[in-house]
Amino acid sequence: MKGWKILFQLFWTFFKISPVTFGGGFAMVPLIEKEVVEKRGWLKSEDITDVFALSQSVPGAVAINSATFIGQRIGGVRGAIAAMLGVSLPTFFIVLILGMLYFFLQDNPKVEAAFISIRVTIVAIIVYAAIKIAKNSIVDKSTFGIMVIGIPALFFIHPIIAIVVGALTGVITVSIKMKFGYKIERERKAEKGDKDKLEYFMGAGI
Amino acid sequence: MVLWELFSTFFVIGFVSFGGGYAMIPVIENEVSQHGWMTAQQFTDTIAIAGMSPGPIAANSAILVGYSTAGVTGAVTAALGILLPAIILVIVVGTFFIKLHHNPVVESMFYGLRPIVTSLVIYAAISFAISSHLMSLEISWKTISLLLTFGLSLFALLKLRWNPLYVILLSGLVGVTLYS
Repeated sequence: MKGWKILFQLFWTFFKISPVTFGGGFAMVPLIEKEVVEKRGWLKSEDITDVFALSQSVPGAVAINSATFIGQRIGGVRGAIAAMLGVSLPTFFIVLILGMLYFFLQDNPKVEAAFISIRVTIVAIIVYAAIKIAKNSIVDKSTFGIMVIGIPALFFIHPIIAIVVGALTGVITVSIKMKFGYKIERERKAEKGDKDKLEYFMGAGI
Repeated sequence: MVLWELFSTFFVIGFVSFGGGYAMIPVIENEVSQHGWMTAQQFTDTIAIAGMSPGPIAANSAILVGYSTAGVTGAVTAALGILLPAIILVIVVGTFFIKLHHNPVVESMFYGLRPIVTSLVIYAAISFAISSHLMSLEISWKTISLLLTFGLSLFALLKLRWNPLYVILLSGLVGVTLYS
């Protein structure tokens, strides 16, 4: 019985936070901390920093990953699934309803007119995301080089291949730099501390 | 068959969706156009709706692509496809590699991943600028008004720090006023 109670609590905690996570990102961090550390006492403050750092080292959205990590720590595999369902279901239904509305109304002249303008605003939002991500990912000449080469390359190669090549280039560049004794700027964590480190992935989730 | 294609496509994307956001647009767009699931314009609108809703952009777009291709079943299938890799990886990493982010190989992978994720987002911006007629060479009041909307939207986001949702809603109102 006790096991089910924890599972439900995990589900419910993240279910409540979920609709706040616009863009799936860091709007959730302080809320998760409050619920998981202060209210429920599931994790300690130090542990939660690890959870957020880890959530960024794994593919997927930070909001979903951190919920799943916390669920797993508290309730094993079942806990992970409960927390993930909790964080995903509300946004799933909201998106689905908006999507239904769009496909129902897309031929309406007013909706068509609205989207002519919205499409352009989306370009602006993506440019804004790019600026925010670049601020934290372009730390030296090599990272700048990878980014510059990456843009035209994407017109010719499959984006998934580009991601894999990017990761390999990172490993190779770092090992070459180490061999020649260069100092490696990882991320800007050393100078600005944790808060800014989190900012990086925010670009992913505005 | 369509359901299996949706599932397997988003399952693969789930494994590479670093950052979970706008960087995944080109990846999803690539698949959508190869499978002929949506027109370019529908896809751009999909991203707009994904951006207006709470939740991660990548998962939201998967849900919408799934819905437009195979209804509610499609939406559920696509969502499962993109979420499953995350849950698998989180459980594996959470069980065996709690200190993964301190691993030097993982750190150097991210050294290369981050700039390429930036390239992906810039690439997405370029391809959307083309499909939304922002980069059209023809000079008309419509092109000018679109460029102006773009500039003002960027200004509201960067300088005024408006919530993207409000920028999208306001832009929609402007669209209704100008183009209908």
